[in-house]
Amino acid sequence: MIRIDSVTKRYPDGTVAVDRLSLEIPDRSITVLVGPSGCGKTTTLRMINRMVEPSEGTITIDGADISRQPVNSLRRSMGYVIQNAGLFQHRTIVDNIATVPRLLGWSKDRARARARELMERVGLDASLAKRYPYQLSGGQQQRVGVARALAADPPVLLMDEPFSAVDPIVRKGLQEELLRIQDELGKTIVFVTHDIDEAIRLGTMVAVLRTGGRLAQYAPPAELLSSPADSFVEDFLGTDRGIRRLSFFTSETLELKKTPIVAVDSTAEQIASRTDPDTPYLLVTGLDGRPLGWSEPEDLVAGEIETERLLPYGRPFVHGKDSLRAALDAAVLSPTGWAVAVDGDGQVIGAVSQQTIGEAIRSAHAEGRDDAKVAG
Amino acid sequence: MTGFFDIPSDLQHSWLGLIGLHLREALLPVLAGLVAALPIAQLCARFRWLYPPVLGVTTVLYAVPSLAFFVVLIDYTGQTELTVMIPLAVYSLVVLVPAIVDGVRSVSQETLAAATAMGFGPLRRYLQVQLPIAVPAILAGLRVATVSSISLVSVGALIGNQGALGNLLADAMFYHRPVLAVNSVVTTAVLAILVDALLVLVRLVLTPWMPPGARPKRKAAARPEPAAVAGEEAAR
Repeated sequence: MIRIDSVTKRYPDGTVAVDRLSLEIPDRSITVLVGPSGCGKTTTLRMINRMVEPSEGTITIDGADISRQPVNSLRRSMGYVIQNAGLFQHRTIVDNIATVPRLLGWSKDRARARARELMERVGLDASLAKRYPYQLSGGQQQRVGVARALAADPPVLLMDEPFSAVDPIVRKGLQEELLRIQDELGKTIVFVTHDIDEAIRLGTMVAVLRTGGRLAQYAPPAELLSSPADSFVEDFLGTDRGIRRLSFFTSETLELKKTPIVAVDSTAEQIASRTDPDTPYLLVTGLDGRPLGWSEPEDLVAGEIETERLLPYGRPFVHGKDSLRAALDAAVLSPTGWAVAVDGDGQVIGAVSQQTIGEAIRSAHAEGRDDAKVAG
Repeated sequence: MTGFFDIPSDLQHSWLGLIGLHLREALLPVLAGLVAALPIAQLCARFRWLYPPVLGVTTVLYAVPSLAFFVVLIDYTGQTELTVMIPLAVYSLVVLVPAIVDGVRSVSQETLAAATAMGFGPLRRYLQVQLPIAVPAILAGLRVATVSSISLVSVGALIGNQGALGNLLADAMFYHRPVLAVNSVVTTAVLAILVDALLVLVRLVLTPWMPPGARPKRKAAARPEPAAVAGEEAAR
């Protein structure tokens, strides 16, 4: 565990970058430091590997005060990933990744073998090994940055806005990759970002810092969304925190209606038997069980269902796997107001109305409040 | 004894011998200048306040005519090659120091931070990260310094036949053989071009990591044209 104990960073000109900050960063999890620019998040990160020395307070790792450790060996025990990757432009990809093992005295062959292993782990093609950084895309460079940080298998990974400079689609891919790697390796990651969405997506714990380097709130992301500590945190979370919070609730609890579903080859009797005043539309499915579209029951003629005339069904959600947010999104996107639920193979297993989703949200919130009470 | 390659015997060298001498007198000072410029530039990059005064001093030294240097040096080093080479080495600093400083400073903050965070000490970081990345800028400076040095060696003719190919200019007048002057000028120019091309080749070999077409910053090119300098020197 990394323990930051009432740490202050004051510069000679009197600016206070970090103000009496205390944090306990749990092992084998992602702790995100998030806040507006000037909130001291990068300074805090850099105090952990002593690129910045605190003016007051102590930082310990597993009980050992880092200020008593030799600085270069401390740094070599921590991976560091930076915005724009900061690769060595004069070294090949494989040699970039092998940097820290080489500093630790590994032989060239062993370090390179390890580097190739890591390229695979972060999803880089082996053919890139002998290339130079300028020959790679921004996203690939960032992967090299992550591989380089992991090369000596350090227990701690410090990441300073690593994905800020890449476009949103690449960023999403890198975030997923990071979560996957974290599942496999279980590092203690401290991640700095100014992007609250990224913080909520990646963080096991999220520390929101305010300008002047003071801690505003330190909580798991779901708690941050449900009960922001003050108006600063609330503003920082943005206007749709209610919607975003739904990401943390499973769609498993949604009760699916199975009646308004007819196969494309249904008989007139089957269509008639599915008609129900509570469900003004029927969902037509293909012979493979996948959704085709919605229709009013009276427009459906057995044996002559014209699939191109059906109403679009929007985007289905995977029941039990996707969150309530995805289910709500599916319902909002559907012109009939009904969300289509599918199983892992994409076959329709039911439909659910906005109203039902609304009820599920209310009961999830109620349970959330109960949990909060228990936790409190 | 009137051919293009027939060199008067008072020079005690064949044409090829003069070329060898010329290269030695031109390149050794640049090499010495580089050896001196590296630590000076390192200090300037480390302590930013040092750079302006260093730049000022090297520029003032550059403005001292070589003849003035000779007058001072001749008491100590006599009418020797060394007397020619010392001013040339000093002149090369005015190009090399800024080239190295700019090159070292051109390394991005991210790269430096990454190196520090990975546990590079200051010296290792300078030698293994900053200097290699500065190579294109350093070589751009070396090209200017070298070409200028090759053209400047000729003034050594003023202190008793220490100007290698430049001595041919003086002999052209003594013996009324204008062809010797043509030989001197053409050979010096061709030499400069060849050495410059060689340095370009060295750059290509040393920096396979540079994107093709990317040109190193050539602030050094803003310095006076070597040919113009040679003209001024000859006029002195």
